[in-house]
Amino acid sequence: MENTYYNPADLKKFGNISELQPEMGRKFFDYYGEVFKEGALTEREKALIALAVSHAVQCPYCIDAYTSDCLEKGADENQMMEAVHVAAAIKGGAALVHGVQMMNKIKELTM
Amino acid sequence: MAIPVKSLKAQKHQFANPAFQLDVLQHASTEEGEFPFFGTRLDEHGLFPLRPTGATILQVNVGKMCNQTCRHCHVDAGPDRKEIMTRETMQLCLDALAQYPQLTTVDLTGGAPEMNPDFRWFVERLSALGRQIIVRCNLTIILANKKYHDLPLFFKEHQVQVVSSLPYFSASRTDAQRGDGVFEKSIKALQLLNEVGYGQEGSGLQLDLVYNPSGAFLPAGQKSLEAEFKRRLQTGYGVVFNNLFCITNLPVSRYLDYLIESGNYSRYMEKLVNAFNPVAAANVMCRNTISVGWDGFLYDCDFNQMLELKVQTGAPQHIRDFHLGRLDQRAIMLNQHCYGCTAGAGSSCGGETT
Repeated sequence: MENTYYNPADLKKFGNISELQPEMGRKFFDYYGEVFKEGALTEREKALIALAVSHAVQCPYCIDAYTSDCLEKGADENQMMEAVHVAAAIKGGAALVHGVQMMNKIKELTM
Repeated sequence: MAIPVKSLKAQKHQFANPAFQLDVLQHASTEEGEFPFFGTRLDEHGLFPLRPTGATILQVNVGKMCNQTCRHCHVDAGPDRKEIMTRETMQLCLDALAQYPQLTTVDLTGGAPEMNPDFRWFVERLSALGRQIIVRCNLTIILANKKYHDLPLFFKEHQVQVVSSLPYFSASRTDAQRGDGVFEKSIKALQLLNEVGYGQEGSGLQLDLVYNPSGAFLPAGQKSLEAEFKRRLQTGYGVVFNNLFCITNLPVSRYLDYLIESGNYSRYMEKLVNAFNPVAAANVMCRNTISVGWDGFLYDCDFNQMLELKVQTGAPQHIRDFHLGRLDQRAIMLNQHCYGCTAGAGSSCGGETT
């Protein structure tokens, strides 16, 4: 077993997940490939969204992969950091908006 | 990372030695072992030995002198490099071109080719021969000295296609690769080229830009990047141009040094090897190009030139012995750096190859 939960070398083994369930693996990777193709959004815009989501879900593999991908697709550092701030704002906002629930409960319980 | 002002050669750096570079290239590896020999991958697709499809481009490196010392330069060019093509060798190129009209394009590179004292003499004679002339202009040379200020008009007079490096549409990433202040000067030079008509619709004066990544990553999607470059340069600086060529950095000379120094070498080679594309391999530029060094020796490409890998023994070795029929029979010299031209959408001096 590894000494750490995350090993950077595992990223390139992502495809190996198909070994134990080939059909679902194939469907997932076909879908994944389709999602990132240029469509109504450009590949660069999709890479920036993926970078933001990577931070929100705190996946180190995804952060590695989509930092490289954003650079390759021509995104600049400002765009990349703004994308991370979008993730942070949503994460922070998601915590804070629950403050309303807390305030409701305070009202309920206090005189 | 600061850009050294001196060339690797002037620093007596080990990467100034082509034999050392080839040794490093041949022993690139990951935890899983060394990478397959490039020729083996070609062989799997019926492309080995790699043969020319018929040369139509003569690429002439007129010297290693340059006003910049870019971090990724495979030539190790710079102000301290004194290797310069003589007028006699240029004349030998002109003789070869006169003999072989199928060489329709002459691609002038360096260093900064304009710094060769016989550059204009050469261009005037190439123009008289009626060949398409490409000059790989680093842009800043136009502003480097008063004597270069009229280059846009000189290029226009000879209908030169100007191909210029601009690795990004922002100063930080451009200057990190090419030196402090290069972005600002490059934009000014582009505006001067635009002023005489370059890049303007209907002018017939072609201005193309070259994008090569400022770091250890590959270029992607030439068309999409071109649209982004056009939008940013037009809205930010009023600059227009025709095409963007995406070029992969090959692990040669200063870029190889950068990869090693930054700890990216194995990972970058792995990327290149894994992205091997047989369609790109069939379209590599060495199949239709012959490269001439500053001293007249012949090579399969500018990268082989810098690694001192001359054309195959048995083929004419020097421009004075130029014989297109015999050169078109040769096998192209290969090594592990060739993976750079076959990765993804492929890479050549004209950008993607697929």
